[in-house]
Amino acid sequence: MSRFRATIGPHTFVFGHLVEVLAKASPARSGDQLAGCAADTDAERAAAQQVLADIPLTAFLNEPVVDPDEDEVTRLILESHDVEAFAPVASFTVGELRDWLLATAVAPDAARRLTAVSPGLTPEMVAAVSKIMRNQDLIAVAAAAQVTSAFRTTIGLPGRMGTRLQPNHPTDDPRGVTAAILDGLLLGAGDAVIGINPASDSPRATADLLCLVDEIRQRYEIPTQSCVLAHVTTTIDLIEAGAPVDLVFQSIAGTQAANAGFGVDLAILREGLDAARSLGRGTVGDQVMYLETGQGSALSADAHLGVGGHPVDQQTLEARAYGVARALDPFLVNTVVGFIGPEYLYDGKQIIRAGLEDHFCGKLLGLQMGVDVCYTNHAEADQDDMDTLLTLLGVAGVGFVITVPGADDVMLGYQSLSFHDALYARNVLGLRPAPEFEQWLETRGLVGSDGHLIHVDPESSPLRMLGASA
Amino acid sequence: MSATWDRLRAVTQSRIGQDRIGDTVSSAEVLRFRSAHALARDAVREPLDVEPLTQAIDALGLGPAVVVASQAGSREEYLRRPDLGRRPADLAPVPADVGADVGVVIADGLSTTAVAEHAVPMLAAIRDVFAGRLTLAPVVVATDARVALGDHVGAHLGVTTLLVLIGERPGLSVSDSLGIYLTHRPRPGRRDAERNCISNIHPPEGLGYEAAARTVAALVDGARLLGESGVRLKDSSHSIGS
Repeated sequence: MSRFRATIGPHTFVFGHLVEVLAKASPARSGDQLAGCAADTDAERAAAQQVLADIPLTAFLNEPVVDPDEDEVTRLILESHDVEAFAPVASFTVGELRDWLLATAVAPDAARRLTAVSPGLTPEMVAAVSKIMRNQDLIAVAAAAQVTSAFRTTIGLPGRMGTRLQPNHPTDDPRGVTAAILDGLLLGAGDAVIGINPASDSPRATADLLCLVDEIRQRYEIPTQSCVLAHVTTTIDLIEAGAPVDLVFQSIAGTQAANAGFGVDLAILREGLDAARSLGRGTVGDQVMYLETGQGSALSADAHLGVGGHPVDQQTLEARAYGVARALDPFLVNTVVGFIGPEYLYDGKQIIRAGLEDHFCGKLLGLQMGVDVCYTNHAEADQDDMDTLLTLLGVAGVGFVITVPGADDVMLGYQSLSFHDALYARNVLGLRPAPEFEQWLETRGLVGSDGHLIHVDPESSPLRMLGASA
Repeated sequence: MSATWDRLRAVTQSRIGQDRIGDTVSSAEVLRFRSAHALARDAVREPLDVEPLTQAIDALGLGPAVVVASQAGSREEYLRRPDLGRRPADLAPVPADVGADVGVVIADGLSTTAVAEHAVPMLAAIRDVFAGRLTLAPVVVATDARVALGDHVGAHLGVTTLLVLIGERPGLSVSDSLGIYLTHRPRPGRRDAERNCISNIHPPEGLGYEAAARTVAALVDGARLLGESGVRLKDSSHSIGS
């Protein structure tokens, strides 16, 4: 008889294995339906959540969801598990972990205790507990946790929210990119990173963009870091060629096979980390990796199967991507939550839920967790959903969000947040930019004595020459 | 209004320099955004008009195009079931083992507007860039199709390198962007890391046809030399602003 069974009303539900329990306990989303692992009914989901709540955390150490013989991510997770940090929660079930997290969140030393337990938690444990938590639980625990990271700015300090300034252009045109950077800087964006997705795969175009942003940063003495989001192998080659690389970017996922779909493995990611760190370009810290993740990436690469060939739910796999990230001591990590499409997160409700889950899981696992609060035009979502998610994430203490001019990314063809959206969140929630960047905004006269951003035309701004050169 | 922003709007379609009201933007900007979003959503659901496309391909002197549907039964199913969009319903109309160097699949993807606007001139530029050097297989038009559907077509055609011209998902300001995915030795099961992509083809604001065709030629030549496409194949053909 299966140890995984629960009775809800007139029905008794039996689940064959841990992977199935995790998947069926996951809040409803299109990607799990696509993978064929979602609960068939609300009652089955509720039963799976009851079963999951009673599973001891040690089960996740003894029963890997993806076979360690075939998956280096599983091996990494198991080998890096910190038994000493795990001790305070080692006897808990998933349900008891939820209760402990919420009790800890209101303790005076909550941040210290959550940081201390973090290396003892595996991605699967964190994913499991998130599935039985309400949105407010995810927010409460994330808000109590604290993760800081540093390169030229310090991200994640209490009362702060960073922004990535994303000045993409469909042909990587230097003037178009410069115009968007000017817009963002005048609206106070860019303290987490000025990060460009290149339209071209070409290493030369990537190098040119790196030089363009580095020159702007140095000319205006902006305390921030730049990144051109090329493939890690391209960036490693450019470091060897002497290009001005601050951060190494890569998209990552939660299985070895999905990472192979991105053309990476742990060894090449570590090579990227070492290469960038050897440059010593950081001033207040030396964290050099910038990683992106997103629910559905493993399924879209047909790399989502766990032990016994059973599909693993996309949220558990997403948390495993944070297990990969954790090994690389990253400066920034963000989920691209609404970017991958409605096949994986169908509508605003699913995107909002996934955004809160990803932020909670990443932060609890010790990552500087940001979110690309976004949606595509084929998803059932709109600006109202983004306003809701941004506000919730601001309350939850998100490390940084992505911002583009007017919320419209003209290269990637989706809607992220606008620079103005970040101003709204900072104002209503009393959040400020990273201290180093805030001081730069003050000395350049871009914020007033009340800390509020001043309306300024480019012609009368200290950046007027940037506008003239574009 | 700032003269600088007016001037800079000529170099990017990005929504720079929006009218600021408090911490947000003016009513006019909010309403403009909503209209653009409504149009983009409608565009996603627009089906591909196949007949004029195949006629135009024929007029390029590339012979009659073959039309293949994916296993997705409707536009709605296509959006929710990427697995069905990656598989052809029936390959019988596609000639087998033609032995050409390069195959071309034109897929509607998420923007039939992009295919209607740019696929034919892009195809003409590809024909010209390979003329006298590499042979092209008969062109295949695929509806409700994703990139990986091309792997089935390419393997069936027996081509060395496959190009999938596909409508990229429509953004707010750009709803007609075409992408090209290059797969060397295509076969079902190829991973995304084994492809190279040229995106944002939508002149005059986006990449032009001739520039895209030059990159295609450089990548095809590189793939033939390297024996593979994907992350190890780098495009060394150009720098930004050129």
